[in-house]
Amino acid sequence: MFDLIQKMFGKESSGSKEIAKERLRLVLVHDRVNVSPQFMEILKEDMIKVISNYMEINEQEMEVNLTHSNTSVALVANIPVNRMKRGALMQD
Amino acid sequence: MGEVIVITSGKGGVGKTTTTANLGTGFALMGKKVVLVDADIGLRNLDVVMGLENRIVYDLVDVTEGNCRLKQALIRDKRYETLFLLPAAQTRDKTAVSPDQMEKLCKDLAQDFDYVVIDCPAGIEQGFKNAIAGADRAIIVTTPEVSAVRDADRIIGLLEAEGKHNPKLIVNRIRPHMVRKGDMMDIDDIIEILAVDLLGIIPEDEYIVISTNRGEPAVVNPASLASTAYKNISRRLMGENVPLMSMETENGFFGKLRKFLGFKEG
Repeated sequence: MFDLIQKMFGKESSGSKEIAKERLRLVLVHDRVNVSPQFMEILKEDMIKVISNYMEINEQEMEVNLTHSNTSVALVANIPVNRMKRGALMQD
Repeated sequence: MGEVIVITSGKGGVGKTTTTANLGTGFALMGKKVVLVDADIGLRNLDVVMGLENRIVYDLVDVTEGNCRLKQALIRDKRYETLFLLPAAQTRDKTAVSPDQMEKLCKDLAQDFDYVVIDCPAGIEQGFKNAIAGADRAIIVTTPEVSAVRDADRIIGLLEAEGKHNPKLIVNRIRPHMVRKGDMMDIDDIIEILAVDLLGIIPEDEYIVISTNRGEPAVVNPASLASTAYKNISRRLMGENVPLMSMETENGFFGKLRKFLGFKEG
């Protein structure tokens, strides 16, 4: 019934726009991940700054990467912790 | 000092050259002194769209290499006194010019003209880098297709990396009846995805083909839809507040009726 009404009002299409939008979204997720090494380096430095307020970390062994699957992108960080900073915990 | 505007897109065939010709002619219609620069070295096109192909003596590379003075290479338009074209070289390639040379050229032109409008080649290689080098602002042309919007996104990133911030978007070749049926991405979809400001919308218009056949920009004929849309964009670039044409923003009779009846907008 609803289909019929839609047809009456000239909406007999396949709605391919939604397909286009979804394909575009996925393609851009991947395109935009191709960031420069400098970008990753700056991000890494900022992360070190923040984390260092709370714990001592092994900066040499630290790994920060963007990984992608078919439908999403994730920022994966592997950060070895040497020890927690007591002072940081007591500040609150 | 005039303003240097580059028209770019990434993808070929979306209407950069047509847009350059029409926006530039639009400025001239409103009494501005304008020069159009064809930066697509090796694939000269803007001269044909403007109908000035028979008047070329010198070209852009002749200027940068010092074979002639800048003024000698400028071709005055047939119709408008204040409109000029600096054609691309046809027998050279993109490496014949450097970004530094283009920057100097744009500065020199901006001394004498209100608007310097640069037609950027497709792609992201040296031709693109040359074309944007001297630009004060960038306009991105796209069409409502996945491939064109994707390339526009890439270009926005590259412009940002070159320090050209806040590019403005023109969505070309919109077909309102397909948008209405849900078979074409609409302006809101594209703007949301690209996250840039919209400068204008150009409807698909057969008159563009006719005007290109004749070598006369569409803005010359006030009866065409695309002509009005292009003129509106020229006026916006000149700082006027011109609303989007209604035929592109509303969904027509059926759209309104559907909305009235409470159905989801198409």
